Amino acid sequence: MSLVFTLASRNLFQDRPRFVASLIGIVFSVVLVMVQIGLYFGFGRMVTTMIDHASTDIWVISSGAKCFEDLSVLNTGIRNRLLEVDGVAEATPVVVGFSAWMLPDGAMTPVFLVGSEFNGGGISPWNVVEGTVQSLAESGTVGVDRSYYDRLRVSRVGEAAQIRGMDVTVGVITDGIRSFTTTPYVFTNIADARSYIGLPASFTSHFLVRVKPGTDIERTRQAILSHVAGIQALTPDQFSDQSRSFWLFGTGAGAALFAGALLSVIVGTAIVAQTLYSSTKEHLYEFATMRAIGASNGYIYKVIIWQALLNAFIGFGLAALIGVAVVHFTAKSALQIVITPGLMIELFVLTVVMCIISAVAAIVRVVRVDPVIVLAQ
Amino acid sequence: MTGPIIDARSVNKIYGSGPARVQALKDVSLTLDGGKLTVLMGPSGSGKTTLLSILGCMLAPTSGNVEVCGVSTNGARPEELARIRRQHIGFVFQSYHLFPTLTVTENVLLALDVRGDHGPKGIAKAKEVVASVGLASKMGSFPRELSGGEQQRVAIARAIVAEPSAILADEPTASLDATNGQATMAILSAIARERERAVLVVTHDPRLFGFADRILYIEDGSLTREETADSKADPMRTVVDRDRMENVARTKFPAGSILDQGRS
Repeated sequence: MSLVFTLASRNLFQDRPRFVASLIGIVFSVVLVMVQIGLYFGFGRMVTTMIDHASTDIWVISSGAKCFEDLSVLNTGIRNRLLEVDGVAEATPVVVGFSAWMLPDGAMTPVFLVGSEFNGGGISPWNVVEGTVQSLAESGTVGVDRSYYDRLRVSRVGEAAQIRGMDVTVGVITDGIRSFTTTPYVFTNIADARSYIGLPASFTSHFLVRVKPGTDIERTRQAILSHVAGIQALTPDQFSDQSRSFWLFGTGAGAALFAGALLSVIVGTAIVAQTLYSSTKEHLYEFATMRAIGASNGYIYKVIIWQALLNAFIGFGLAALIGVAVVHFTAKSALQIVITPGLMIELFVLTVVMCIISAVAAIVRVVRVDPVIVLAQ
Repeated sequence: MTGPIIDARSVNKIYGSGPARVQALKDVSLTLDGGKLTVLMGPSGSGKTTLLSILGCMLAPTSGNVEVCGVSTNGARPEELARIRRQHIGFVFQSYHLFPTLTVTENVLLALDVRGDHGPKGIAKAKEVVASVGLASKMGSFPRELSGGEQQRVAIARAIVAEPSAILADEPTASLDATNGQATMAILSAIARERERAVLVVTHDPRLFGFADRILYIEDGSLTREETADSKADPMRTVVDRDRMENVARTKFPAGSILDQGRS
């Protein structure tokens, strides 16, 4: 073990209360950043969950629509125009919109209807734990997620309820299909969805376009745009990006998360900087002695940088453990905190950078130390 | 090397300006040769520490020139001065300035480590030098576990382990009792004589003159008088017998220490 590392670690561990305070600062900061970014990822994943699970090559949506939940509508006549485009194999309409679910006591709770055809080109519920998707083709049959049992007062296939005054029966139970708006998704066939929402048969929300095998998707997308007016034609990735951008930045939610993360980094950096600076001041005569015996600036920087890195390694280790626990405990919550391996690596790099930046004040102080002070004392 | 290890010519040092202007050194010229222990004596505020700082390349003179092992320090940048200190000069401080979180061996090893001389050879060298100052049984101890005299011996070991050409000691006995003070001076004297180093000791204590090959007196920033072993100008010097003092000092050291080297 190098003497620089030995000196750095012993100086750091010598004053345990200060070291603990420093670690608390780092852990506090890193966990906060982890949670904020994890929420951002979780939020981002949740707002695109329908897009991610739809079976389509191109989304055709109203020209003013921003996201999947947008209530703008298209004329169903567009379907024929889409099928005229070279390379388009199928254009499946999807209807979305809000409605009211009546509880057994007569109270109403809002639900978000997702109506689709089940010919393989629409949006079918996934993670089915009870019932069959095919049952949704029957009129009056709906699919709900088990996470909304309490909200909807149903808990198994076969239970009855009412939507907008119309009788429905639960035919499918899914697991983990949550809405970030907290309004439960309810799956059904497209005709029923129109009824529950109150949308005339001549309108639909989106079209899911499948291209013929071997067809260039981008070329087809461009052809759709030039052939059909008043619409957007987007690949799933483009629609995901547009939806995320709208919900995270159009609403300010993402900016708030990033601002929180940035503040956390600043607070963490300030705490570590304060700790390193006070530690350096306390050991000023040692650094002056090092300079007197001929230590180069680089050698002295290494001592301080090692202290910063030790703070980073230990602080990040503790923060990562807390982060894993947070992920575990929020796994079933309305808004998951998603921490990916990539995010962990980025946070580790951020922690190291944060601690090294924190060392700057201490380094500046040491650079100014005059070795003559060891003679004067 | 031939010639002086440290050669200072017409060194002036001025602090401040205007009414606050203080000339700490006035046209000081001196040389320090290998194999000699020089004592720099003077009252408080006479310029001893300033001169030591300039000779030790910690402070730049206002005018004049200092050469260390033939290298001029004129206009040298701080990193260059640090390199000269690292290569040619060892320091012993009044307050020892040991690193409290490092063991005796690690404190000594530090002087090698800053030179990039680490690894098993460096550790062996550090241990050898620690043993040579009579602290073989204390290698793993921390400074807080040592007496003042032992701490100063660690500081001396740190100063000599990299085998610098010059050792500059600032009041090395001021914090020690008489016996430990004499032991410290005996080591420094032995280093000068046996290892052909130029040793400069700044002190107030005339009882230590017996170890000196040469005594320089400084007053108001000027060197006012010089005595060598041959001159008996100062009656204080004649009453001190180096051999007797070394014998006293040897009681602090086990056999085989630096004081026994070169005496067979």
